[in-house]
Amino acid sequence: MDFLVFQYPMITVQACLDGILLGVLFALIAYGMALQWGVMNIINIAQGDLVILGGYIAYFMYLYGIHPAWGVIVAPVIMYFVGIAIYKLVINKVVDRDLFISILATFGISILFMQLMNFAFGADVVLANSGYGTTMLFDNNVVLPNSKIFSAFISILFAICLVIYMKKSKLGRAIRATAQNARAAKILGVDTEKVYAATFGINAALCGVAGALISITFTIHPYMGLPYTIRSFMIVIVAGLGNLPGVAMSGMGLGVFEEFADYILGTEFRIGSVFLLLVLILVYRRFKLSRKREYLK
Amino acid sequence: MRLNKIILSFVSALVILFSTSVASFAKVVGDKIILGAAISLTGKYSSNGVHTQNGYNMAVDRINSMGGVKVGGKTYKFDIIYYDDESNPKRAAQLAERLISQDGVEFMLGPYSSGLTKAIAPVTEKYGVPMVEANGASRSLFTKGYKYLFAVLAPANLYLDVAIETAVELNGGKPVRIAQAFEQDAFSQDVRLGILDAAERTGSKIIIDDKLPKELNDMAATLVKVKQMKPDVLVVSGHTKGALTAIRQIAEMKVDVPMLAMTHCDAAKLSKQHGKNSQYALCASQWHKSLTYKDDFFKDGMTYAADFEKEFGYDPPYQSAESSAALLVFKDAFERANSFDQKKVRDALAATNMQTFYGNIKFAPGGQNVDKPMVLFQVMCDASGKCENKVVAPLKWASAKLIHPIPKWSER
Repeated sequence: MDFLVFQYPMITVQACLDGILLGVLFALIAYGMALQWGVMNIINIAQGDLVILGGYIAYFMYLYGIHPAWGVIVAPVIMYFVGIAIYKLVINKVVDRDLFISILATFGISILFMQLMNFAFGADVVLANSGYGTTMLFDNNVVLPNSKIFSAFISILFAICLVIYMKKSKLGRAIRATAQNARAAKILGVDTEKVYAATFGINAALCGVAGALISITFTIHPYMGLPYTIRSFMIVIVAGLGNLPGVAMSGMGLGVFEEFADYILGTEFRIGSVFLLLVLILVYRRFKLSRKREYLK
Repeated sequence: MRLNKIILSFVSALVILFSTSVASFAKVVGDKIILGAAISLTGKYSSNGVHTQNGYNMAVDRINSMGGVKVGGKTYKFDIIYYDDESNPKRAAQLAERLISQDGVEFMLGPYSSGLTKAIAPVTEKYGVPMVEANGASRSLFTKGYKYLFAVLAPANLYLDVAIETAVELNGGKPVRIAQAFEQDAFSQDVRLGILDAAERTGSKIIIDDKLPKELNDMAATLVKVKQMKPDVLVVSGHTKGALTAIRQIAEMKVDVPMLAMTHCDAAKLSKQHGKNSQYALCASQWHKSLTYKDDFFKDGMTYAADFEKEFGYDPPYQSAESSAALLVFKDAFERANSFDQKKVRDALAATNMQTFYGNIKFAPGGQNVDKPMVLFQVMCDASGKCENKVVAPLKWASAKLIHPIPKWSER
């Protein structure tokens, strides 16, 4: 069993493709997290719950006979305003406080969202069927559900749009300026309050897109948000803040690593091995930092 | 100061008097037998919690309207005190304590799920409160030597071993190659143990044995292995998440396997959520409305299903049927014990041997029901895409013939 990858070489190709497609989707969620972490210094524990809420939007469209893929457009619009509302109600009160307070606050939001979604949508596991079919490669040995390909494509599209927006638009520049130095930005006339609200809104919108994609590719459930929070947290930790190519690479890398861990070590070690990798990366980073410090001395 | 003291002692005396009077009357108030139940009305088990509660309520109404419970020449009616355990085992255990020591409940009905039943059982055992439960199937509940726990359902390890035996039979008595994927929780792992037993019995080989994480929503890796290694049977158990994920990805990845056996198909509303993609899946179930068991209160499965639908507006899942059966068991035990003494009722429960619309009920010393086999149904769809669950095993109740092997995706 352990050497399945060698017995069936096609599994290697499959694992790489699966990992990359999955990783791109996670990278999108992680990018939202990195953005608002970098700008507002807030670790959003409710990230996964925003994703699930976006998923429910697509699911309800599907229930009412609209193709769930349209959720990719509708969910971010609704979620942007949800994000702004959360910012105005809670986040603006904790934005300048220390990290611990913001973690507590967003943890509270997370619990509230879980319970509200459970109350409103019920505790059933649901999904939206896209009916996209399957792509077969290499003599039917490698299969890729088109919904996963669609998800990856949309994720990349949104990421590219966002990068361009951040570079070219006025608000994008203001967000980047605030991330670099909020006080200086304020002095130079940037309305940081507005920037913060917009950043949180954009993050929620990205979660909405990802959620809609997840309802098409996987399943959604009110209590399934936390794994997405943890996964995006890990991607951001590995990539570092404000480093979009890094986020994309670490997302895909983690996806592929996870798939291989599954085939080589077994499914039960899949998540564990990712955590192990995280620890190793942190230790390595610390080691590198300490070397630098010595050099400075 | 003195006046304060007098008032304080007067109030505390009142409180003590009130609380003892509640406790001493709570088990049977007037003509009412009060049962206690902690049910998941919110939280992740809330949908099945509601199914459980509806099953209990339906049976209470039915028994009360058909003459109630006769004990010592007097007629009593059932009443249930419910608390919401929020799908949380710790809360469930607290609520069981509260039901017993504060509300004075002397007889309990079970919560939903094995995990919560496991949390409550030590409490009811400690106080010697008989509990008839209908939704905790984990094998470990019945190996702890509990004396006051009775389950109307078959234990989890029996859920899918019929499938393995059927597969071997269809293979001409020769062993089969099994691929299995189970969520890492008490229930699914018990189902897994049952498969291991069945594999050993039949000499079958397990070639894939995956343990899925609790937050499972992607089984692609397991299915890739299945595609490459081509087993004869694929067994999946991971509550509703597992059933929905498996069907979605099997269809998307066009995984061909001669037999697919699962749990929680009806709770997952497979045929509704996946339509034709769920066709041919074999599902383990505690009960199906087409079974021909009978009793005086609900007549038979079909009548129960019709009455249930009239009252609650949906087709009863087996979680509701087994919950209703728990009340029938209690009524029978009270009447045979002819007393409200907990020990006597417990002994009467242990000696239960009856048929209900849900199945025969007879408890082993561990408390599990040994007289009711599991049924397997297969999702079958007609040309218009309408899918139905049809019982295919055991043969005695089969309403359709098992379709085996499952047609290849390229031929569908």
